[in-house]
Amino acid sequence: MDMWMKIGSVLLLGLMLIFIFPRMKHAMKHSPKAEKGDWAGVLLPIGAVILFVIVLIMLVR
Amino acid sequence: MNYQPQSVVRTRESELATNKVLRNTYILLSMTLLFSAVTAGISMAIAVPPFMSLVSSLGALALIWLVLPRVAHSSAGIWVVFAMTGLLGFGLGPVLNMYAAIPNGAQIISTALGGTGLIFLGLSAYALTTRKNFSFMGGFLMVGFLVVLLAAIANIFLAIPALSLTISAVVILIMSGFILYDTSRIIHGGETNYILATVGLYLGIYNIFISLLHILGAVSGND
Repeated sequence: MDMWMKIGSVLLLGLMLIFIFPRMKHAMKHSPKAEKGDWAGVLLPIGAVILFVIVLIMLVR
Repeated sequence: MNYQPQSVVRTRESELATNKVLRNTYILLSMTLLFSAVTAGISMAIAVPPFMSLVSSLGALALIWLVLPRVAHSSAGIWVVFAMTGLLGFGLGPVLNMYAAIPNGAQIISTALGGTGLIFLGLSAYALTTRKNFSFMGGFLMVGFLVVLLAAIANIFLAIPALSLTISAVVILIMSGFILYDTSRIIHGGETNYILATVGLYLGIYNIFISLLHILGAVSGND
């Protein structure tokens, strides 16, 4: 990656950080707390995504 | 005695409103994805230089940040979404050309594209059929995304391939979480603006595609 691409990438990601930060603070304050069993409902689809990506990796290898 | 029928009517109205937001979101999302594909095709055909990816992403970020919040509740918001997704698609051209130039590049691109589509459809179907409320994930996803951004900035200077792949893998998981979160927000009335809902889902799909492309390119020994 040449120097200008590095500077541009840092600028882009830095701007995204500035964009995200207040939204993160807002979400931290206002998001409802997880109840018992809520995270279990997330693990199933996320686990399926992980397995699916592994299958895709095996397909292109 | 009169309360029950009124509450049934209200629930029915709320369901109709939710279905309308959902339908409009998916229509706009399909149109913007097609438009992105067209601008990516143009960008590939005219072989734009790699720095155009950055310029397009900066332009899209400026639209999301500065313009969209002002027009999201008017019809002008639709044009801004098309401009933003068109720019992001245009920025994909140099990346796709890079992968298309390698021996099994076409297979990697089509696998990443199909894989992204299936991940999105699967996650949407899960959120829509279970009707679970994923709003509790908001803070967690935002913190996760912030950490990923910090790691990505650090890796521009460190240039560690393993960290780069880890970042892509984590981005896929976080964006998958965002798709569940955004879809559940639409279902439960947390997001009533289909323009903003489309932008959220589009960014999830876009980031999953880029990250999947990166991982598949790397494991096939061509990245």
